[in-house]
Amino acid sequence: MALRLFAKGWAFHLKTLTSSGFFVLVSVIQPIIFASIAFFMYEQGSKSGTLLYVALGAGLMGIWSSTLFGSGGAIQWQRWQGTLEILIAAPAPFLLVLVPLTLATASIGLYSIVGTLVWGRIFFGVPLDFAHPLQLVVALPVTVFSLGLLGLMLASTFVLYRQASAFSNLLEYPVWLITGLLVPLSLLPGWVTPISWLLAPTWGVKAIRDAAIAGNPSAWPAIGMCVLLGAAYLVLGWFFMQNFERLARQRATLSLT
Amino acid sequence: MTAAARVFFVGGAISYRALFNWIRPGMYVTTMLGSPLFQILFFTYLGRYTASEPESFFVVGNAVQVAAMSGIYGMTMGIANERQFGTLSPLLATPASRPALFLGRALPFIANGLVVSAFGFAVGVLLLDFSPAAGSVPALALVVLVTTCSCTALGMFIGSIGLRARDVFFAANLVYFLMLLVCGVNVAIDRLPGWMQAIGNVVPLTHGIEAARDVANGSSLGDVSGLVAAEAFIGLAYATGAYVLFRIFEAEGRRRASLETF
Repeated sequence: MALRLFAKGWAFHLKTLTSSGFFVLVSVIQPIIFASIAFFMYEQGSKSGTLLYVALGAGLMGIWSSTLFGSGGAIQWQRWQGTLEILIAAPAPFLLVLVPLTLATASIGLYSIVGTLVWGRIFFGVPLDFAHPLQLVVALPVTVFSLGLLGLMLASTFVLYRQASAFSNLLEYPVWLITGLLVPLSLLPGWVTPISWLLAPTWGVKAIRDAAIAGNPSAWPAIGMCVLLGAAYLVLGWFFMQNFERLARQRATLSLT
Repeated sequence: MTAAARVFFVGGAISYRALFNWIRPGMYVTTMLGSPLFQILFFTYLGRYTASEPESFFVVGNAVQVAAMSGIYGMTMGIANERQFGTLSPLLATPASRPALFLGRALPFIANGLVVSAFGFAVGVLLLDFSPAAGSVPALALVVLVTTCSCTALGMFIGSIGLRARDVFFAANLVYFLMLLVCGVNVAIDRLPGWMQAIGNVVPLTHGIEAARDVANGSSLGDVSGLVAAEAFIGLAYATGAYVLFRIFEAEGRRRASLETF
């Protein structure tokens, strides 16, 4: 039953998000634009040997953006559409309703990986020779899962604030910067590194790059960190969600923004 | 104060205040200041790593470009939201001067753009060791003013299309992000493919950013007068196009009774 609810919910939200112009922009067009800027900058700076590195980083930027905007506003949208009360009142645990949604927001970010790789291949000659295909096949869904569960935590905390979309606007660039998606962490101040360790995109991009680019270390440790962080996000998200649900029931503020 | 002046100033101010999503302090600071702050840091650090251009190239490019956020998104909302919120019909039923109605809305966004751009330059000076040439600030301010006006004109143009199109905010987002690529914000325009240069040369920002970089490097206003004039001309062309579209869609909406239908 839980599995069916999860699968149906994920597929439903994936279709809904795919039909949204905004999410197509965020998960396909925007990453391609940023990837193009980065390709030109890397080429101009004579770093053309790292174009696959750029394409994968720009793809992860798209996953983060779609997770951030999708999950950050997930509960608020249900509220505006008048479906939040129905979902809370349903016998299924609310967590089982919300997790498929936040995972779907991360999943459509996969379009951005495909988009930046195809765009990079056609227009910039990015080599698509993946060093460890098996590790890549594992790293991609694990990264999406960990970002989706980070999205659950965002959804359950942003709901407490009326201006959740402001947080979403604010958090896009900093996370791109401090998780090493395009700029190596070694270039940033030292205090940034411990913060980056707590963020799934750091390990996700490392796992995907380690799996894809020859000469990098094995991707398994980074994949393991994604799993570990995903589990931590799930526990925290579940805790915050219970808190939100309890307060909303007690104060009768479920539909109030 | 004449009726047209009242519509221009008071109407523009009320329209700005109606951007409920923006004018709360929390929302304003995070969206209009926080996001530009991190955009400038992101691209400057990326530029530092790739060593494609000097750091001041990215500071100036992005500090001017962030002014477009207010001009494009704000002005698009300022016009297109009338239709979204259901206030377009009452507004157009009034005998108010259309140029005053239209242009008055632009003023707050131009002022807002200047504030955001000034903040961007301050970020560059305080956090990224950016130091513009001595005495260049007044000329830089004038260049940014002209650029902000032309970006606002582009926002007007998109907003006018919003009187007819279903999802104009998609177009506003798309244009804003494409400008990051084709206007020489982070990649010098002569490094782009020919077709991107062709697009970049007919949209706002490109000439303004080039002029701002020259001024920050020590050129006088006279040295960049051609670039500033080109930026102003492009802005004027978009403003004229926007006004023409506005009047066409108004007339068509009246004739078909379709002002607020989607």
